[in-house]
Amino acid sequence: MADRLWFLIPELIVLVGAVVCAIGGLSNGAAIRRRIGFIACGFLLAACIAVPFVYTPERIATADTLLPYLGKYIKFFAALIGILLVMSAGGLMDRKYEHAIKKGKATFSALRTSSGEFHALLLLSIAGVMLICEARDLIWLFLALELVSLPTYVMVAMSRWSKVAQEAAMKYFFLGAVSAALMLYGFALLYAATGTFVFTEMADVFEAQRAAGGVSVFGQIGLLLAIFGLCYKIAAAPMHLYAPDVYQGASAAVTAFLAFIPKTAGMLAIILLCSLVGWEDGLPPVLEMALWVVAVLTMLLGNIGALLQTSTQRMLGYSSIAHSGYMLIGVIAGPPLGIVAVLVYLVIYGATNTSAFASLACLSKDGAPVDSLEDISGLHKRSPLAATSLAVSCGSLLGIPPLFGFWGKLMLFAAGIAAGQLVLVLVAAVASAISAWYYLRLIGLSLLSSTTPQSESVKATLRWPLIAAVISAIIAIGGPLVLSSIVTEAQQAVLAPEE
Amino acid sequence: MSLWLLLLLPLVGAVCVFLANASIAKWISLGVSTLVFVLSVLMAVQYGEWGSAGTGFASHVAWLSQLGITLDLGVDSVAMLLVLLTTLLTPLCVWGSFTAITSRRKEYYAWLLILETAMLGVFSAQDLILFYVSFELTLVPMFFLIAIYGGKNRAHASVKFFIYTFTGSLFTLAGFVYVAWQFQLSQHGVWSFAIHDLSQFASAMTASEQGWVLLALLAGFAVKIPVFPVHTWLPLAHTEAPTAGSVILAGVLLKLGTFGVYRFVLPMVPEAVVAYAPAIAILAIIGILYAALICWVQDDVKKLVAYSSVSHLGFCVLGLIALNPIGLEGAVLYMINHGLSTGALFFLIGMMYERYHTRDMNSIGGLAKKMPVWSFFMVFFVLASVGLPGLNGFVSEFMCLLGTFIASGSAPTWPGVLGPEYAAIAAIGMVLAAMYLLIMVGKVVFGKLKEPDIEGQHTNLPHDVSPREIGILVPLAALCIWIGVQPTVLTDAMRGSVEDVLAPYPLIVQEQLDKPETVIIIEKEDTHG
Repeated sequence: MADRLWFLIPELIVLVGAVVCAIGGLSNGAAIRRRIGFIACGFLLAACIAVPFVYTPERIATADTLLPYLGKYIKFFAALIGILLVMSAGGLMDRKYEHAIKKGKATFSALRTSSGEFHALLLLSIAGVMLICEARDLIWLFLALELVSLPTYVMVAMSRWSKVAQEAAMKYFFLGAVSAALMLYGFALLYAATGTFVFTEMADVFEAQRAAGGVSVFGQIGLLLAIFGLCYKIAAAPMHLYAPDVYQGASAAVTAFLAFIPKTAGMLAIILLCSLVGWEDGLPPVLEMALWVVAVLTMLLGNIGALLQTSTQRMLGYSSIAHSGYMLIGVIAGPPLGIVAVLVYLVIYGATNTSAFASLACLSKDGAPVDSLEDISGLHKRSPLAATSLAVSCGSLLGIPPLFGFWGKLMLFAAGIAAGQLVLVLVAAVASAISAWYYLRLIGLSLLSSTTPQSESVKATLRWPLIAAVISAIIAIGGPLVLSSIVTEAQQAVLAPEE
Repeated sequence: MSLWLLLLLPLVGAVCVFLANASIAKWISLGVSTLVFVLSVLMAVQYGEWGSAGTGFASHVAWLSQLGITLDLGVDSVAMLLVLLTTLLTPLCVWGSFTAITSRRKEYYAWLLILETAMLGVFSAQDLILFYVSFELTLVPMFFLIAIYGGKNRAHASVKFFIYTFTGSLFTLAGFVYVAWQFQLSQHGVWSFAIHDLSQFASAMTASEQGWVLLALLAGFAVKIPVFPVHTWLPLAHTEAPTAGSVILAGVLLKLGTFGVYRFVLPMVPEAVVAYAPAIAILAIIGILYAALICWVQDDVKKLVAYSSVSHLGFCVLGLIALNPIGLEGAVLYMINHGLSTGALFFLIGMMYERYHTRDMNSIGGLAKKMPVWSFFMVFFVLASVGLPGLNGFVSEFMCLLGTFIASGSAPTWPGVLGPEYAAIAAIGMVLAAMYLLIMVGKVVFGKLKEPDIEGQHTNLPHDVSPREIGILVPLAALCIWIGVQPTVLTDAMRGSVEDVLAPYPLIVQEQLDKPETVIIIEKEDTHG
């Protein structure tokens, strides 16, 4: 038991960070209040550094989870990208209020600040993702998933003082509750099928069932329902309908968060559930068929949907739906290559998607956030750094070699082909080709178009989101240099425990 | 000296250009690209594999060992020739843009240098993924060159160019990965993307597998070449691109497609090539004739030359799939010759456009009286393009057609699946080329002097071509004459590589001919193509 606590040290660091942020945000001292972001980054960095020390081979040998190495990989990168996400949210909360206090126009009141809570929620959600890696039973998994989701509902609501954000938060919350119920029902059926909540025991029961002719009906329906519930978290069709509204309604920095952290959580949970039945003799046909249909629908609906948008955030929202579809190819392909590809893709996607949203988050138009496509027209003349970051990240999301995104897609394609899923890969190729239209449109608007009257006043005003955008754009360009070591880590992450 | 130096130098140059002052950007990029050219000439002199089948300047760098992806470089003699073509055309393009580009200059020259790296990467890659990465990377600089510096319709042209080629090559990538996966299965889980490994392995796959791989590979390469009916991006991109963009596009980028066929399609999937060759040949011939007829009715000079590229590249494809050394050597020679003469034609049209701001044959004419030197070069390169004996175009066109002509099943040493009937129909294209190009020359160069009203569009350029512009055209003209008189130097140099690629073919063609159901297969594939 003591060993299990060892593995939770990164989570504990992040949780302590959450508490410190929450309290620090209420501090009377403006110096602390205005540096909440740095504090959050500091704790994430500490968690990052702690990971290699926590996961020593001796300790991993005693672990009783399905994928004992998974945590090392996910916790490290979740914390690292978490730092970028905190940076993209820099200046989002309380900026005007703090400004007013500085000018002496307002006095500090603890009730009116929200920066501390915001960062605390953000860290809690990241801690949730980390906890999923250590899940050894369904209860833990469910609680960890909810720890990821619940803070995000609040974050959406508090990210903007507008009705749109409130509406987005309500939609997100109610539909999220429905999907959680669906997932729980699936978990209950899984319990009915196996008589246990513990993953390792469930895997044994399923193995026995397979030997006796196949996974029981309860088990199959349970898995199906649970995975449909999780499709909500990764914004995959047919559970993707909330995503465009929510991604548009929340502020860009929060959308960057939504498009990465809950998606990572959902993907990990799907991988864990699938590894209960195992890929050795193929997933159960019903499950594989369902995942196949979900993947195809997600890729096509996401990309075609993005074509029709006039709002940048909505467009990138649809694009992030499509990326879930690509990742599902890896899930269907299965270990080792498919899961390695998903894990690598999550990191690559996380970095480049953050870059895209951060370069929107740093923009403002007379103090208001930027929304329509026309607003970024001719951006390169006014904010060359933001425009270039946006273009680079779009190129990477599209998968133009040699940018980072290309290598992720290459690995997913390779995994899909190696699993015999030729049709799926062809659909992905067609979907990628469709996506070229709207990514090129974003690139063209930001780098090539000339300024229009509507976009004249759009400028990059927020410093930290711009820095986050530039850093992650540099990652999108330079990332391939460290790709080999990332793949090595991902390969280790999917190793099964030694018998 | 290694290929890495050649590849990285333009990249370093691009960074310098970007950091430097806009006014000296062009000089830096001219200096760097000239240095690359000098280096490549020195390398060509040192190159030890002329005439043999070996790979020179090979170097190995590990990259993503888990998937067997490496950064291996190396060039065979054909690739070395195309490297020389690239390094020659790039400094000329930089030099040719000195007066034409007036805004966003730093970016322009940086993109040109990045484009050079990408093109050299395509020719020198010894790894499929490195090839693909370079192949795709050429799109990005070209996209920006067209989209920022192009004509009125540049936005549409650049997007169409990008999407066509990007979509096509995704299928090529899928084909590559499929072969690599099959290889990995046979090697118990060890991946490799080395061209050498996969070519050898793929040629042993079953005929139907090879057919699918061929379709996948051609999806990318046919768009790039371009082969009818996926050629529609080309006239638009060519017409809208700035002069240097058109030169690079015609001179080198189109050759990436034919080079892909030479490097991958021919060695990897011989059985499928034999089965599909008639279908591909028919498409190529349709392209030759159809594009030639379109040329005939063009008023825009640049569009005319652009469509003539589609027509000309059809001959190149015929030579590639004639499956005998004469045809293949002719095809490779064609790649170089087309780069020289069409590149020069685009330069000339660019020079005219800079002076008159029009390319419309109806509003311009009789320029021989106003610009005698320009007119001399125009007539010269048109004749080279048409295939006047003594100039370069004739040799390669003749070799491609001859190769096609003798590529019948009854040929003694190199039996093929084409034959005199294919050559005869394709030859009509030569006649048409002479007609449309000479009509163009007749209108623009000779006849009554006709100048558009250029008041208010004052340029600092002299009436006739400047010494700088002559300096661009002379090397190209000299090479045209040299290749026209001494083609054997080049054909001998590439013979070893060409014969190595073709080595398995006589046997496979013979087997196909002996099989009674060959006819049925071909007919079935026809509907596919």
